[in-house]
Amino acid sequence: MSFPILTTLILLPLIGAAFILLSRACDKSSRWIALVTSAATGILSILLLCGFDKTSNDFQFVEQYNWLPSLGISYHVGIDGISLFFVVLSAILTPVCVLASWKAITKRVREYMVAFLILDTLMIGTFAALDAVLFYVFFEAVLIPMFLIIGVWGGARRVYASFKFFLYTLLGSVLMLIALLYMYLQVGTTDIPTLMSATFPIDVQKWLWLAFFASFAVKMPMWPVHTWLPDAHVEAPTAGSVILAGVLLKMGGYGFLRFSLPMLPDASEYFIPLMFGLSVIAILYTSLVALVQTDMKKLIAYSSVAHMGFVTMGIFTMNQQGIDGAIFQMISHGVISAALFLCVGVVYDRLHSREIEKYGGIAKNMPVYAAIFMIFTMGSVGLPGTSGFVGEFLSLLGTYQANTVVATIASLGVVLGAAYMLLLYRKVAFGPSTNPEAASMPDVNIREYGYFLPLIILVLWLGVAPNYVLDRIGPSVKKLVSDYHSELSVDLMSNTEIFEAAPTIEPEPVTPATNVMMKQLEETP
Amino acid sequence: MMSLSHPTWNWFSMMPILPELFMAVAAIGLLMVGVFQKTPSAYRVGLAAILATLFTIGFVAWINFPRMTVLNNMVAIDGFARHFKFLILGGFFFSLCLALHDLKNKIFNRFEIPVIMMISTLGMMLMVSSNNLLSLYVSLELQSLSLYVLASVRRDQVSSSEAGLKYFILGALSSGLLLFGMSLIYGYVGSIDFDVLSYTFLQNQASLSVGVIFGIAFILAGLSFKISAVPFHMWAPDVYQGAPHFITAFFAIVPKIAAFGLLIRILAGPFAPVISDWSQIILFLSVASMVVGGFAGIAQTDLKRLLAYSSIGNMGYALMGLLSGTPESLGATILYLTIYLIATAGTFAIFLMIYKNDTHESPMTALSGLSKQHPLMAYAFAILLFSVAGIPPFAGFFGKLFVFQSVVEGGFIVTAVIGVLASVVSAYYYIRLIKIMFFDEPVVEIAVSLCTARVFVASLSLFITILFILFPNYLLQHSLSAAQNLFGS
Repeated sequence: MSFPILTTLILLPLIGAAFILLSRACDKSSRWIALVTSAATGILSILLLCGFDKTSNDFQFVEQYNWLPSLGISYHVGIDGISLFFVVLSAILTPVCVLASWKAITKRVREYMVAFLILDTLMIGTFAALDAVLFYVFFEAVLIPMFLIIGVWGGARRVYASFKFFLYTLLGSVLMLIALLYMYLQVGTTDIPTLMSATFPIDVQKWLWLAFFASFAVKMPMWPVHTWLPDAHVEAPTAGSVILAGVLLKMGGYGFLRFSLPMLPDASEYFIPLMFGLSVIAILYTSLVALVQTDMKKLIAYSSVAHMGFVTMGIFTMNQQGIDGAIFQMISHGVISAALFLCVGVVYDRLHSREIEKYGGIAKNMPVYAAIFMIFTMGSVGLPGTSGFVGEFLSLLGTYQANTVVATIASLGVVLGAAYMLLLYRKVAFGPSTNPEAASMPDVNIREYGYFLPLIILVLWLGVAPNYVLDRIGPSVKKLVSDYHSELSVDLMSNTEIFEAAPTIEPEPVTPATNVMMKQLEETP
Repeated sequence: MMSLSHPTWNWFSMMPILPELFMAVAAIGLLMVGVFQKTPSAYRVGLAAILATLFTIGFVAWINFPRMTVLNNMVAIDGFARHFKFLILGGFFFSLCLALHDLKNKIFNRFEIPVIMMISTLGMMLMVSSNNLLSLYVSLELQSLSLYVLASVRRDQVSSSEAGLKYFILGALSSGLLLFGMSLIYGYVGSIDFDVLSYTFLQNQASLSVGVIFGIAFILAGLSFKISAVPFHMWAPDVYQGAPHFITAFFAIVPKIAAFGLLIRILAGPFAPVISDWSQIILFLSVASMVVGGFAGIAQTDLKRLLAYSSIGNMGYALMGLLSGTPESLGATILYLTIYLIATAGTFAIFLMIYKNDTHESPMTALSGLSKQHPLMAYAFAILLFSVAGIPPFAGFFGKLFVFQSVVEGGFIVTAVIGVLASVVSAYYYIRLIKIMFFDEPVVEIAVSLCTARVFVASLSLFITILFILFPNYLLQHSLSAAQNLFGS
């Protein structure tokens, strides 16, 4: 194996954090150290993207070292099409967060930057881990810096929000730990690729699936365990919300794709109605809740729950379009929601209020800001040409094949999504300017340009040329789907031996119609 | 069956218990020094005790035999005992380091304190080596009686005397239970030798008389007192709170480990063949400890009481590891105890730096805003607390991981689920402490007393807690081989 790029990605921010701590850097230099290391990590992740072989559906950049050899636990990292973009997303959003906190954070800057760098390490590690124990360590350790970020630098109700975040997430994860241990004892290793090829009896699968579900559903978050999210978002500092919405929520969806589907196919099949039901409720209910919010951050937080509803729905369609769409939706939401929270952060830094009422008509004094906000609002609504459209469209397309009724109801969510986002935009950017303080806010400055620009490019580029991403996701998803269906059929046959000659269910081929649509998508200006 | 006694006695046959002998002689010698020195200085005696402990550790490391028994088969020396002696002596070393600063204080300038601690430690070393119900009882009493004295070392203070008295009365009750159980076993089996007991139980696995089962239950109840497992835990919060701080640290770090070692020895030794008869008792003790340790800790406002409940909960997790009775599961338990000991030593090192000795109380609010005034200390404390709570990537997580693994392997999945849920409940009070240190504004200036020995203990503990993730194998293999040693006999 050549250059250990994944380990470098994982360790680089940690080294930066250690450097800040050991050098006893002052506030200013710790900002710079954090920016440089996280930016270097971001650039390295782009190199990772360039080096990724898009024809392969296997794990790449694999590294494996002994850790606990007697127990079959090793340090094993690697990425495939499913995890690739999450690694990149984590690495890119961290420097954005550092920039966004440049002026906003004035107390305990060193600790703040160290927390973000450690968070960077843990996020990349979570998506790159190919060993279940390693995954769990990263997945769970994320709680510590996030807990501190919300609790130390958060708003008025930060203690409540941070406790709720910590305990909710911990409660879900510990059940997953028991499931992982059970699987480990059956298979004899915690290696994820090996676990994927193992099969479990259907009754066991259901329990294991529920344990994983407890963890991922909380993290996602799915209705009805989403209530920690609005609190955490509202109280967290801007950058905390960005990371929370941009990356941490994706760990749930990633978990479903990495663990539930490939390892527990029968149970996943069994629980499809549950997932569809919860997703549809999430989409409709939280959209309605978002409509009546008066707090900008809370509105966006609820919209995140709704968008994650599309993701879970897409994942459990068990077909190529649905899962492609779900992953795309996660990436796109990672960029758009992060950007929306940054947009809130920009005005919050100036007026120190998140109340929608306080703003109005700021398009007059902040035209550039209004334009930027508009782009991301449109992305969130799912306007064709932005990345939001591709994700929503593909997941709805996949769902339509799996279950027409669910797809139809979920489509209503798109309408509601447009309603609450446009309402928010109209109230903030247009209308009469009632608040003189809001009317005198200066427009975006160079630093804010600095972090908005890459995000704007990403949103538009992903919207216009989604194939760059889909090509890389595709092979891995195809493998996931075909493995899923073949394992499913094998297991069904072994359960009912009478149907020995039953034809195996072929994975859904990509229909020509979809190809045509994809082309059209690309051509859309 | 192996020979029950050594036909000839000579000095060389005493070789395996050289560490114990040395400890005993050193303790008596230091007592003499204390009595005859002109200006009494507990500090100097303490320093000498540390030196003696280091020598004893050296002896334990030097004497590395396969299993041997001495003193008429009363005391067994094997890898298991050796591992636990390292833990006990290491813990004692930490406790002495933590106590040094206070021994300089006029109130605690009593040379008896380190000597009594040494005698107690001697009892613990013999406990984990005992191979006979009689030597078990004698060594257990040796350590317990010393502990009662230590708890009430501040006779002029009501709380300290009260703690000592409570500890004594409840401890005496537990000794009574233990003796009653032993007499039942002796009456029904006709022997108090572990090897004979083990052989007899193996022969009569299926048809065990009720009297023996009662005997086992009483012995387990007696030992549960010592490790403060629910429902025999009531003394722990009061004694922890009432005793002077550095004595509490000693109570928290060492005796429970030793009592647990004894419990493992007796359950994996003579009682191993009748696991089906005692595993339900352990199951109950374990689940009750985890749940009570989790929920009762929530309401506490005193840090020492909180730590008492935390230790009750932790004993519950360790007990869970005994359920399946395999070498791997015992190895996991031993590893858990090792990590717990190290984390507790670090926790109390930081605790003692912050809380002064003028009162027995330790209100949690005194930690408010610690992270602003002493960030290093606050982060060290937070890491140790996260480790005890079982949050990765710290050592405590791996301790819990291996225990849960053994529990799931043994098929006790419901117990494991209750265990992890209880760990979430207990996580609440750990993060509440972190909230007090990090999120709250400082109320008063916190004056910390940094002394080299305490800083050393805290940093060592922190170092192991963090670096365990990189090199988990070393401690794991040692714990496993200690457990396997117990089965090899």
